[in-house]
Amino acid sequence: MVNSDVVIRLEGVSFGYPGDQSRRPVLDDLHLQINRGDRVGLIGSNGSGKTTLFHLIMGLLYPTQGEIEVFGEKRMQEKDFREVRAKIGLLFQDSDDQLFCPTVAEDVAFGPLNLGKSQEEATAITQGVLKDLGLEGFGDRVTYKLSGGEKRLVALATILAMQPEVLILDEPSAGLDVETVDLLVNILESSDLTYLIASHNGDLLERTSQIVYRLNGGKVIRENRDLAFPSEIGYC
Amino acid sequence: MHLDNFAIGDSFLHRADPRVKVVLAALFSVVVALADDYACLTVASCVAITLLVVARLSLKQVLLRLLAVNTFILFLWLFLPFTYGGEEILSIGPFNATREGIAYASLITIKSNAIILALIALIATIPIITLGHALSHLRVPDKLIHLFFFTVRYLQLLHLEYDRLRDAMRIRGFRPRSNLHTYKSLAYLIGMLLIRSFDRADRIRKAMVCRGFHGKFYLLSHFELNRSDMAMLVFMMLVISGMAALQWLTRM
Repeated sequence: MVNSDVVIRLEGVSFGYPGDQSRRPVLDDLHLQINRGDRVGLIGSNGSGKTTLFHLIMGLLYPTQGEIEVFGEKRMQEKDFREVRAKIGLLFQDSDDQLFCPTVAEDVAFGPLNLGKSQEEATAITQGVLKDLGLEGFGDRVTYKLSGGEKRLVALATILAMQPEVLILDEPSAGLDVETVDLLVNILESSDLTYLIASHNGDLLERTSQIVYRLNGGKVIRENRDLAFPSEIGYC
Repeated sequence: MHLDNFAIGDSFLHRADPRVKVVLAALFSVVVALADDYACLTVASCVAITLLVVARLSLKQVLLRLLAVNTFILFLWLFLPFTYGGEEILSIGPFNATREGIAYASLITIKSNAIILALIALIATIPIITLGHALSHLRVPDKLIHLFFFTVRYLQLLHLEYDRLRDAMRIRGFRPRSNLHTYKSLAYLIGMLLIRSFDRADRIRKAMVCRGFHGKFYLLSHFELNRSDMAMLVFMMLVISGMAALQWLTRM
């Protein structure tokens, strides 16, 4: 089955953390397919494996069983995932994990520079992305002195600066006020990116995703939209 | 935590090129640390005090820093005069202080204070981030710069984590006493901090790998030497050479 529209495909993926043999694996024979242009929501209780699933897609963890296919190619080892990381941006749960450079501009430029862009290109991208997110003038701010909401937006800027094709957002609205969540929704709505959002925030998922999956017992199941949210939204 | 206390200001020293200040502070410290001639050290102390005056820093803050350093030196005064061999000139109970011991302790006191004052005037007036960049431009190895940056970045976070854990203990009625329960609880606190830092380090590494990190950092800011920086560099090099010459002449 070769389909150029499939961006992420997980076939029978299982994963258990080492030293945890007594318990069930976190992910158990999981199947998931995400096509270009999909806007997917992911719900699941705490510890259901959402973050683990994302780390498997990015090659930060490797499945104990099953296959991971990204952009039509099987990804098995570290070097297979380098291309994945350049094209898929993962927003971490805790922005403090993501922002490690002293200043905002350096942090945003970090990704593009790693991808081989010149200083001038990286600076131009940085300014563009900061402007798009309404963060003009933040370049010289010190990352550890930002507020929680600002940190999240800057972390998103560091991801967008890599000009990804797919975004994976791990609890993007956690700890954010209503205004910042609105801003986030607007950014996602106006982008033409494929994305996958894990969240406990039903309102956020309703506003941003066409399909919602539930991660439960190590597998993903299509969630009935009518049950999950009162309004009806078409699925393509 | 206020790492940048002295960096806020608009004196001549605040505006000077950080690379020049780092180089001068290093040279000054080496000469003073190696010197044992009082003429040389007197000049050094005067130079350090002059720098401090030029930097126009809050006297109170400076004295507080000096107090911290001199607390350590106090311990030297408790032991050195009584343990250093030489001519005995003072006895307190069974202990005898020697002239050489007192001289040695004074020497250390003068040197430490001169160096600290110069460092406050030259290094503490550089914002900590700029200091990292300056060191990098001075060709300090990348690995050390990375360590420096990560320490600065995450020290704050670890401190907050420590505060949160302490508060969590306090709201459950924890009060440090001199008993096993206290030691055990504090050991848990430290252990938890270590584990959390380790986990955080792992998550940061993952976040960096996701953004294509392969062991190299890129700097965006650059410095420019202007005429007054050059003048300061040359003038201070002359002063420091003078100090070294004073020291060298006494050895002749």
